[in-house]
Amino acid sequence: MPFVTASSQRGPYDVIIVGSGAGSGQAAYTLCMEGVRVLMLEAGRRYTPATESPMFQTPDMAPLGGADTPDKNKGFYDATVDGGWDVPGQPYVSVPDKWGGHFTWWRARMLGGRTNHWGRISLRNGPYDFKPRSRDGLGFDWPITYDDVAPYYDKVELLIGVYGGDTSLENTPAGPGGTLLPPPKPIVSDHLLMKHAPKLGIPVLPGRRAVLTRPQDHHTIPGKLHPGNHRAQKILADAMKKRSPCLWATPCGRGCAVAANYQSTTVHIPPALATGNLDIITDALVYEVTTGKNGHATGVRFVDATTGRHEHVSGRVVVLGASAYETARILLNSKSSQNPNGLANSSGLVGRYILDTVGSSVSAQIPLLESLPPLNEDAADGLQVYVPWWLYKENLSHKLPFPRGYHVEYGGGKHMPSVGTFAGLEWLTGGSYGKKFKEDARRYYGSFVYMDGRGAMVPNDNSYVEIDPKVKDKFGIPVLRIHWQWGDYEQRQAVHMQETFGALAEAMGGRVTSPIVKDPTKAVAPGGYMIHEVGGTIMGASARSSVTNRWSQTWDVPNLFVADGGVFPYNADKNPTLTIMALSWRMSDHIVDRMRRREI
Amino acid sequence: MTDRRTTIKLVIAAAAAMPALRARANYRDNLEPGASAPGNLRQFEPTAHGYGPDPDLVKAYEKGAFWPLTLNAQQRQLAGALSDLIIPADDHSPSASAVGVVEFIDEWISAPYPKQREDRGAVLNGFAWLDEEAQHRSEQPFAKLQEAEQRAICDRICNASRAPADLQGPAQFFATYRNLTAAGFYTTLAGRKDLQYIGNVALTHFDGPPVELLRKLGLA
Repeated sequence: MPFVTASSQRGPYDVIIVGSGAGSGQAAYTLCMEGVRVLMLEAGRRYTPATESPMFQTPDMAPLGGADTPDKNKGFYDATVDGGWDVPGQPYVSVPDKWGGHFTWWRARMLGGRTNHWGRISLRNGPYDFKPRSRDGLGFDWPITYDDVAPYYDKVELLIGVYGGDTSLENTPAGPGGTLLPPPKPIVSDHLLMKHAPKLGIPVLPGRRAVLTRPQDHHTIPGKLHPGNHRAQKILADAMKKRSPCLWATPCGRGCAVAANYQSTTVHIPPALATGNLDIITDALVYEVTTGKNGHATGVRFVDATTGRHEHVSGRVVVLGASAYETARILLNSKSSQNPNGLANSSGLVGRYILDTVGSSVSAQIPLLESLPPLNEDAADGLQVYVPWWLYKENLSHKLPFPRGYHVEYGGGKHMPSVGTFAGLEWLTGGSYGKKFKEDARRYYGSFVYMDGRGAMVPNDNSYVEIDPKVKDKFGIPVLRIHWQWGDYEQRQAVHMQETFGALAEAMGGRVTSPIVKDPTKAVAPGGYMIHEVGGTIMGASARSSVTNRWSQTWDVPNLFVADGGVFPYNADKNPTLTIMALSWRMSDHIVDRMRRREI
Repeated sequence: MTDRRTTIKLVIAAAAAMPALRARANYRDNLEPGASAPGNLRQFEPTAHGYGPDPDLVKAYEKGAFWPLTLNAQQRQLAGALSDLIIPADDHSPSASAVGVVEFIDEWISAPYPKQREDRGAVLNGFAWLDEEAQHRSEQPFAKLQEAEQRAICDRICNASRAPADLQGPAQFFATYRNLTAAGFYTTLAGRKDLQYIGNVALTHFDGPPVELLRKLGLA
């Protein structure tokens, strides 16, 4: 039985993995395929997308038309359960920045974690993104290069299935060709951007998302990913055959019952379970890594949320993938006489340099898109096209007041009407009601586009997590205290987003729906809003300057690794999930090598 | 001395003083109250009678499945009359009340969540103002007025940017109620059909827009 409990677990295990999202799912997959016996511990409940995803449900079937509420922060049908901006019984403390904004922390306590609802946007970091300090003198370089990670980007794209275009632009690599699935056809509003953006010098590329736009090639991919490992090849081929390609309908964020997009629960965990090497305990809140006399990790302690009992499991290797800040919390709470400041923290850097993504958005109404004939524009749920960063030279020559770039996530179309679709249209309708309002609704439906800027953040000393001296969660475990501060660079970058999007709206013949924000302190979304939580156990070139090394292994504890975004010393504008998976696969290969050599 | 109509106006002006529903770009002005308190404790407070953080997402729910509804028979009449003034039947689709918008709004204003509690105040006070206004003009409740009389009232409050200062509260109420009516109507099958929404169906392939349309729009 792969789903076990504290009393039926079959330890000691080769590897204990804490968490079940992108990083942990990838680690479980890679390790189990190589014959490693793994126990995965997930803080939330078991979750089964095949039966729990409300794919075709319409808003009128949900309470409040599916509107977001304090119980379901991103709408009733969002896949996230038992999570969101607040988790029952599991508080945290957020210290406001100097303008009163504070970091909000999205957590998903469920099998698969945040991979169940994420946007599926899958961008590779480019060569500059791994060596930012070498390029402009700010922040930290990674101890690895793009070339170290590129083979793992190839593998992850082949495994999970990512659509995109094969065009590479400066610092926007596309891989060697053949790793991406065909992108969806652009919809009308995409063609509008494709026509006008280039006139402003702004490139438009096919989007990249982890959605199967056609069935995966189960004949050749398993052999490429697991050369010489026939059992793994067979398991993967079977798993790929069970995934359906996209149905060109329903929002990915509700979860996908047919596994057409990537979720850890549909792509990583099923083949890992099929190896027979994976056991999973759900409702297991890990709070401490235990160590032996030699300082090596011996296992983890957790609270069984179903019984309230504190339990211990042991393993040769411990991999933390609890989410970047939760991983930092576990390490900081793993105090002992040997490690009074927490485990793996001889540098004092556990919890330091936390990062999110700079976010700023503009939407616009486009007269050309009014009163279009009926069109099915569900496509693959968005991002048929996107804008990669295009001003690298201007960054470098200081022509811009900020050093790093952003990309633009763009969308529009006639999507299923929701409770907010026709709210606040007075500025267009003059306050119509009656038959005129219905005519206006038909006219303006589908005539809006949005531009979401997603930008790089330079690490700073004022953004960090620590253990709150007083507050504990309902299980008695000390909680995080999160300090957050955007730097000037991020704020100026957000203003640039606003101005650029205003210019794009105008070029497309549109009107922005709210004024362009030019105040740097107001243009950037609060920390945490983008849910690109990385940093806190950063990787680096030395034990003094970082928590983890080039293999995501903690410097201090040789059998302790970090599989989540905690290892990021820098958050480029590229959404982090694909890189988390690539680094986790690379880390897992390294663990297998070291275990085979009996080094850990 | 303040008469009742003035009091109602003041009450709904306060209740309706909510951020505009247009897409927000200015994040600082949308922060939660208390955001500047030192060391905010983020503690989940379960909402009594809410559906909780782990409801069954797959089943279809009746209105009022989670919390008791609010409106009495007279209020429901008014709600229906006003919804149908905003979204009447036409050649494309039925009226708002014919597809359950009154029930939608009743469920909305009865919900225990902060946004809905705010709208509840605006809607119930707005109803009271409409009836007072109707009584004042024609000695009848709003629902019993001729449509032309109802429109004469609504014409003065249907656009807050044009409404006189002393009617800003009722105008904000009307905007809220129109938003809710549109929300209830366009999330039904009838509303989707009216808009000719043809998605939410499984397809074997996705072809994108017809090239003739792109040509017509100058995009191909």
